[in-house]
Amino acid sequence: MSSNKTIEMKLPSKRQKNAVQNVSNRMLVTPGDVITEDTIYMKGHGTYGTNIEGDKRVIASVAGVVEPINKLICVKPLKTRYNGEVGDVIVGRIKDVQQKRWKVETNSRLDSVLHLSSVNLRGGELRRRSAADEFAMREYLKEGDLISAEIQQVHADGSLSLHTRSLRYGKLGQGCCVVVSPSLIKRRKNHMHNLSCGVSIILGNNGYVWISPLVKTATDSEAGDGGFDFDKEPVTADDRETICRVRNAILCLAKHSVMLYDTSVQYAYDKSLDYEAKHLLSDDVASEIVDRTLMEIDLLKGNA
Amino acid sequence: MSLELLSDEGYRMDGRKANELRRVRCNLGVFQQADGSAYIEQGNTKILAAVYGPHEPSQNFRSQVPHDNCLINCEYSQAAFSGVERKNRPRGDRKGQEMAAHIKQTFEASIQTTLYPRSQIDICLQVLQSDGSDYAVSVNAATLALIDAGITMKDYIIACSASLAKGVSLVDINHVEESVGCAELSAAVLPKLGRIVYTELNGKLHEDEMGQILEAVEAGCQDVFHVLEQHVREHVKDTAANFAVS
Repeated sequence: MSSNKTIEMKLPSKRQKNAVQNVSNRMLVTPGDVITEDTIYMKGHGTYGTNIEGDKRVIASVAGVVEPINKLICVKPLKTRYNGEVGDVIVGRIKDVQQKRWKVETNSRLDSVLHLSSVNLRGGELRRRSAADEFAMREYLKEGDLISAEIQQVHADGSLSLHTRSLRYGKLGQGCCVVVSPSLIKRRKNHMHNLSCGVSIILGNNGYVWISPLVKTATDSEAGDGGFDFDKEPVTADDRETICRVRNAILCLAKHSVMLYDTSVQYAYDKSLDYEAKHLLSDDVASEIVDRTLMEIDLLKGNA
Repeated sequence: MSLELLSDEGYRMDGRKANELRRVRCNLGVFQQADGSAYIEQGNTKILAAVYGPHEPSQNFRSQVPHDNCLINCEYSQAAFSGVERKNRPRGDRKGQEMAAHIKQTFEASIQTTLYPRSQIDICLQVLQSDGSDYAVSVNAATLALIDAGITMKDYIIACSASLAKGVSLVDINHVEESVGCAELSAAVLPKLGRIVYTELNGKLHEDEMGQILEAVEAGCQDVFHVLEQHVREHVKDTAANFAVS
């Protein structure tokens, strides 16, 4: 039985270098580099000082970009695990169901915790949690479920406490999750967007991006109902293709270390309409789309 | 002995001079799945390193993890086809466990473990081809992988090996020079801070010769550092190019 499918093969070649942009005004460092010897600067994340008397050098401890904020010098590493801050919106996966709490995996240094008292229960928000609730935890969220939540608290050792006490957060239903590096997600006021191409997207600060069909509710930009029931209506083929295309566009941007936010994802989607969704995964198509997206963003910046 | 480590004209068996390193080639970020990864070739010794973490400690290590530091777990594996003879047990043998313990000790000197309490960092090393200086190249590979993973370190850790023949120190020895039976010194240094964090001597050496061979190793480490640093800077420049596009 002969089949006339074509197979694509790539021979090993030298890696393509990205076009060098905006590097001259930023300082790039590697571990052990002395950033400054001036005593007025304070040492932030990614830096350290030798504790020798009279040695006032600020030395980098990661490889990345120096970010001076007034007198504080921080170094932002190129890749890092997620460091949570209070108020961040994250997408996480339930890892374990324990007594009165769930352990959530959020791509951070330690697993995050979602207490039973931090979720909305069926039948009203202000109910006291009973023993029956504790036994029924697995009916609400079990291992492998994806949730969107907000960070309530950061403990001393760096572990995070989450809460879903708003109608916007909760268990995520039908959709697609893409994992990128947390350093690529731009911190903004709003992380849940309804893109004009017909999908809604949650850009979790921890690098997990959730793409789902447009949420059909009366109010706008709500990704979940804060509860645990989700829309079980079958997703149409067109919606599925759009979701797939957005996912591939995000992966293209992530491969070239472009910051992700609603505008960049929207532009990448628009530029990708020339190609089939599955072709976006190949390297040449990806570089072209990223170049055109960056040009569009530059234009926007130029006009602004 | 027909095998001459150093000819009269000053050349070694592979054509190098006494203080020359083998060709170093490396790549950062070779895996997407690991937090950090690197591949390094020093001559014919080829080693792959992957770093996972810092992350929640796994079941086996949950009891060992300290509350104010992170636990560094090192796994060293040699591919069955890496050496001269086929190796039936890639991991869990004496030499592998000893190497893993030494590398773990080495990195505890540079990684700022107090910044990651209650976490675990895994360093996984895979030797694809072994042609001498296994410890040194493993340490260099692990350093690059840790830098790729964004784990805070005081400085690079660069290691090198050296041996002594006819009163001249040979830097970066290969498998044949190792198996001849001369003394072999491996050392790991923090190049910018100028500190030695690990030394290992195999074989017998006269104490008068120790100073000379140690100097040769330190010079070798600085040379390797020079090459690796260039590479890391280029990698940072390429990756950071699109980073702050707002």
